[in-house]
Order: sequence, then C-alpha cells, then structure tokens
Amino acid sequence: MKTYSMEHPELGIISYTDKKRYLWLASFFMPLFPMMGVFAYYASGSEWALGIPLFFSYVVIPFLDWGLGSDENNPPEELVPQLEADSYYRILTYVTVPMHFVVLIAIAWFVGTHELTIWSVIALAITAGSYSGLGINTGHELGHKKTELERWLAKVVLAVPTYGHFCIEHNRGHHTHVATAEDPASSRMGESIYKFLLREIPGAWRRGWAVERERLARKGKSPWSLENDILQSYAISAVLQGGLLFVFGWIMVPFLAIHNFWAWYQLTSANYIEHYGLLRQKEESGRYERCQPHHSWNANYIFSNLVLFHLERHSDHHANPTRRYQSLRNFENLPELPNGYYGMYILAYIPWLWYKVMDKRLLELPHINGDLSRVNIDPDARESIYQRYGQGQMPAAAG
Amino acid sequence: MATFKCPGCDYLFVEERGDDHEGYPPGTAFESLPKEFTCPDCGVRYKEDFEQVED
Ligand SMILES: [Zn+2]
Repeated sequence: MKTYSMEHPELGIISYTDKKRYLWLASFFMPLFPMMGVFAYYASGSEWALGIPLFFSYVVIPFLDWGLGSDENNPPEELVPQLEADSYYRILTYVTVPMHFVVLIAIAWFVGTHELTIWSVIALAITAGSYSGLGINTGHELGHKKTELERWLAKVVLAVPTYGHFCIEHNRGHHTHVATAEDPASSRMGESIYKFLLREIPGAWRRGWAVERERLARKGKSPWSLENDILQSYAISAVLQGGLLFVFGWIMVPFLAIHNFWAWYQLTSANYIEHYGLLRQKEESGRYERCQPHHSWNANYIFSNLVLFHLERHSDHHANPTRRYQSLRNFENLPELPNGYYGMYILAYIPWLWYKVMDKRLLELPHINGDLSRVNIDPDARESIYQRYGQGQMPAAAG
Repeated sequence: MATFKCPGCDYLFVEERGDDHEGYPPGTAFESLPKEFTCPDCGVRYKEDFEQVED
C-alpha cells in the first residue's frame, strides 16, 4: 500500500499509510445497495424484498458503526499536501457521478414497468432518494474544490435530486454563517427536525438564489442568464426528470416527488445533527468569532464515514472547507455524537428521544458547561429550556 | 497592483486579474471590495483576514 513520507526539520522522518485506501473503493459498490431490493425481488418474487435497502441504511449501518467502532486512521497534518495531490482519491468521487443517474433511471424503470402496490412505490422512491441524498454528499465534496472540473461535476450530480442551488448556498451561506441564529442550516436546541425542515429547505433555497443573483448582478447579468450556475443544474434536472415522466408516465409524479423530497431530507438530517445547539460568540467588532472545532458535532465511525466521504469528521471540514475527504482529520475532545450519522438520523426522527440524548450532551460540552447563553436555542423553546436547565440563569432578551 | 491571499485556503485575489467568475473585473482594488466580502473558495475568511503577498 502506498506510504507517504517526508523529512521534517524538527520531527525527523514522518510517514503515513492510509489503511483505508482501498476501502474507499466502497463508493464503487454503493449503487448495489439501492439495487439490492430489486434483485431480491426478482429472486424471491416478494415485494417485501424491496425494503431491504432501507433496512440496511437505517438498521444495519448503525449496528456496523457500533460494532466496527472508531476509525484509527489519521494522517499527520504535515503529509496532508501529499495526500491531497494523490489523484486516486478524486477519481473515486468522479466515477460516483454517473452512477447516480444510472440508479435513478434503473429504479424509475422498475417502478414504471411493474405492477406494484403503493407501498412498494413509496419504498423504492425513498430508496432512490437516499442514494440521491448520497449524491448531494458527493456534490458537497466536489463543490468545495477549486478545479473547474470538480465544480462542474458538482452541478451535474446535484441535478439528480434537483438541488442545484446547494453548492452556492452551502459554500457561501452555510460555511460563513454556521452555528449562528441566522443560519437556516444550523439547528437550534429545542427545535425538532420537523420544525427545522420547514426553516432549512426554504431558507437554503432563498439564500442560494440571493448569493447567485448578487454575483450575476456584479457582472451586469440578469438572474436568467445562461451563466447562472443554479439554472444550469436545474436544466439538467429538467431533462432527466422530464424524460422519466415522458417515458414512464404519471407514476413518475409521486415517485419523483418522494425521491426528491427524501434526498433533500437526507441533507436536512445531516444539517440537523451537525451543529445542533452550537453557537459562535459575537466579537466586539460585530463579527462572529471564526468557526472553531467545537462548533460542529463529529462522528469518527469507520463504516458510515466510508459511505459519506468523511463528512462526519466535520470540525476539520469547517476549519478547512476545501480540504479533500481523504485528508480530513479526527481530533480529541471534539463534540462527539454517540453513533454515526445514520443512527443519529433515526434518533432525530424521534424528537423526545433526540432531546433526551443530545441536550445533556450539548450542555456538558466544556466550552458551554451549562451556560445557556452559549447555546443556539429555539426562541419558542427558550422559556422551557431555561426553566429546566437554567438553574437561576435569566434568558437573554430575544434577538 | 497587489495580490491578497486567503490565509485559510490560499485563494489569491490578484488585483490585476480581478475575479471574473465572482464579477470583479481586472484592475479591481482589493480595498474597493465590499466589506462583507468573504473568500470565494472557502467562504470562512473575511476581507480583513486576507494578507497582502509580496510580488
Ligand atoms: Zn479561503
């Protein structure tokens, strides 16, 4: 296996072997999971088989995270430039892009050409939507990069779930405003995922468009210009999803609606758990302090990180947003989630259970230590949270 | 004309070149960028974080 090394002036020879190097090939096989249900249906003849991929995502993966545990691989900072330069890793992200088209078309074909119960159509739409949610994750990895090719591929893959405004909104909106009350993509303590969803999806859409409109205005262009990066992606979506509608008929309307929603909801779920309750402090200048490692929740589980291109090493991602997935690092003493993202999604979908697990964890973080003024709190939950956890602290004036 | 660098991700704002994608024409003075300017690549460094580099 490839070893990276260098002679450091103070530390001597440093070397690093990425034991996960070939495990990253998993992204090649990922399309097998959404297709597994269809294969099993042909093998067994039972529509129950169509539920297998969902069972895998939401039951098997959390158990694998629990069982396989933490990821010990951590490249030394000094060798990150060498890892970044290794093109093997980036090629893996490129090849996932066409697979997202293939899987959506294949599942749409299956739905469009078989007599299925409504439940099977829903299960298949959600399955396709989860895989397209991973497409948003691939778009996220690619969209943070500086090369033209990668930014173009990001627009292409985001077209599958019609989410072309994501990169602009995420890079220029979320990363700038993360862990503040103003960010629609940072969840607040006491805010359920269902309430967050209604703030996050429209908020992200509005902010993505606002940023792109301003950019085009600086160039003296109308928002309807062909240079609009969002519209370019939407145009691909229109061809893809319009084509499916044309070929497979009206059944595609509910199928694609559920598919798109579920892909967006995967992103909503990730956003919900990544910064829950965390808050940057305002400095005297009126700026927020720069995003610190303790402003993101992390998970260092080997399995789900392989599925998500290291998204769960989230603090390093916010410190170095353009850094490639293979070089993201884990650090000690970060806000840590008790399971990988998929397990945490399930927890988030059951709000009382989420609060029970996370609120205590949030308040125990060393930089918060019970001080509610250092927490991003839902204004509607402020009273009850201060009553419950305030120990005599007074709520600050809303604002 | 000067060059300014993002200390986080090494994005360069070369005044001579401007940044076409962002809508800053060649010859745009760094000084004249809006005060809300953030790094177009990483999005996390503000205008006042940028450092002038020697050319
Ligand atoms: Zn930067």
